[in-house]
Amino acid sequence: MNVPIVTLLGRMTLAFLASAGAVTTFAFEAIRQALRPPYYRRQILGQMLEIGYYSLPVVGLTAIFTGMVLALQSYTGFARFSAESAIPNVVVVSLTRELGPVLAGLMVAGRVGAAMAAEIGTMRVTEQIDALTTLSTDPFKYLVAPRLIAGIVTLPILVLVADIIGVLGGWLVGVYKLDFNDAAYLRNTVDFLQFQDVFSGLVKAAVFGFLITLMGCYHGYTSKGGAQGVGMATTNAVVSASILILTFNYFITEAFFAR
Amino acid sequence: MSTPPKIALRGVTKAFGAKKVLQGIDLDVAPGESVVVIGGSGTGKSVLLKCILGLMRPDSGSIKIDGKETVGLGTREREDVMRKFGMLFQGGALFDSLKVWQNVAFGPIQSDGMAPAKAKEIAIAKLGNVGLGPEIGELFPSELSGGMQKRVALARAIAREPEIIFFDEPTTGLDPIMADVINDLIVKCVKDLGATAVSITHDMASARKIGHRIAMLYDGHLIWQGPVSEIDHCGNAHVEQFIHGKAEGPIKMQVRKL
Repeated sequence: MNVPIVTLLGRMTLAFLASAGAVTTFAFEAIRQALRPPYYRRQILGQMLEIGYYSLPVVGLTAIFTGMVLALQSYTGFARFSAESAIPNVVVVSLTRELGPVLAGLMVAGRVGAAMAAEIGTMRVTEQIDALTTLSTDPFKYLVAPRLIAGIVTLPILVLVADIIGVLGGWLVGVYKLDFNDAAYLRNTVDFLQFQDVFSGLVKAAVFGFLITLMGCYHGYTSKGGAQGVGMATTNAVVSASILILTFNYFITEAFFAR
Repeated sequence: MSTPPKIALRGVTKAFGAKKVLQGIDLDVAPGESVVVIGGSGTGKSVLLKCILGLMRPDSGSIKIDGKETVGLGTREREDVMRKFGMLFQGGALFDSLKVWQNVAFGPIQSDGMAPAKAKEIAIAKLGNVGLGPEIGELFPSELSGGMQKRVALARAIAREPEIIFFDEPTTGLDPIMADVINDLIVKCVKDLGATAVSITHDMASARKIGHRIAMLYDGHLIWQGPVSEIDHCGNAHVEQFIHGKAEGPIKMQVRKL
């Protein structure tokens, strides 16, 4: 095959623009349906449980080890400048601003985004989504909207928990390994923490929750062609959600902290 | 025709890319009538059904239900039209996260806002109509055999007492005995409800049993339609090849799926 590079580039650009447009249309329709009654409360609660409660173990483990390694790494660096007292602050700021939301987002994308794409994709290829329509139930309202709402509401709560567990991890290493004074560590943590640090992290979490559930639903909803199609939808959901999380993370950070 | 048709299709076309699947379908279905559309695999039977149901939008043409145009309706109005419909999907399409009775009661609860306790009673009654006991209602669809799943799907399709029921290959994948049981149930349910029925199938035994009238879809057109009694001497080479299941004849095999 001898395709000119310009042709290839053009094809890729067109494909990218087409899917960006499709995702945007999908997102608008989902938001429109999410705002209009009826609301499927049981579906929303079920999804919140799925996204939030059942993600606690994996997010908690991620958070505690991240907090621990942060304390350890910053100690090896800061000890050279005798700046050990800054460690609690570094740990809590890194966690609340960046690592809490990003790592929790990535873990949830792998756990929940994949499951959503697989579930909705299977419903698509077994005609269950068509069946919903014939039962006068809008699939966007019944399947997509509850997941989006649950994602936006639940991720910030999950990240708040992750922040706290992460700080606990840092404290454990600080006190038991690096011989910090127990109370001084906690005081240093709280004293330098600003509302903005936590708040920006929670805003990120809400955006990530939206992105993860949107990607899971979009790829599941548009999957076709049996088991292989569903498998591809699952992969695409996780990969696209992860990339979007990292991209949006930069822009939200810039919006909050760039001067 | 003396009574106005329940379903009226005029010049319905649908193409996927360069592939013209439906090339101008005209079809009238009278109230209480059961029409079976036959045709080989990949001739667009499912597409035709999905167009009437509103799951797909035809490229051109008109589809009227009770004299009201349904092509291009908005979501809300579409949901109202859907209230008249019941649909039995080929694979059953039961919601596998819900119990059997919740599947049957889905329409009444989610769309009509019925109280779950009352809807459960209706669901159990409908399961009884298709010969299933109330204990089946507590199982999940994945615990049932293919034939039982079809029965549950049928119960779900009739749960809201629809005016029009669609059957997509109701007997595909079932053994001949179970197929006959399902055919009997379909005839009984349609008669009890006084509903209008449109079925698509390539199973001639099923078509003869559940249909009053048969229409054959070939190459995007309805090439023949008439009462079941006339199909054996219709004089159409395509129809004869199909109903006798001969490899030799004017019909070419479809290679690509739609």
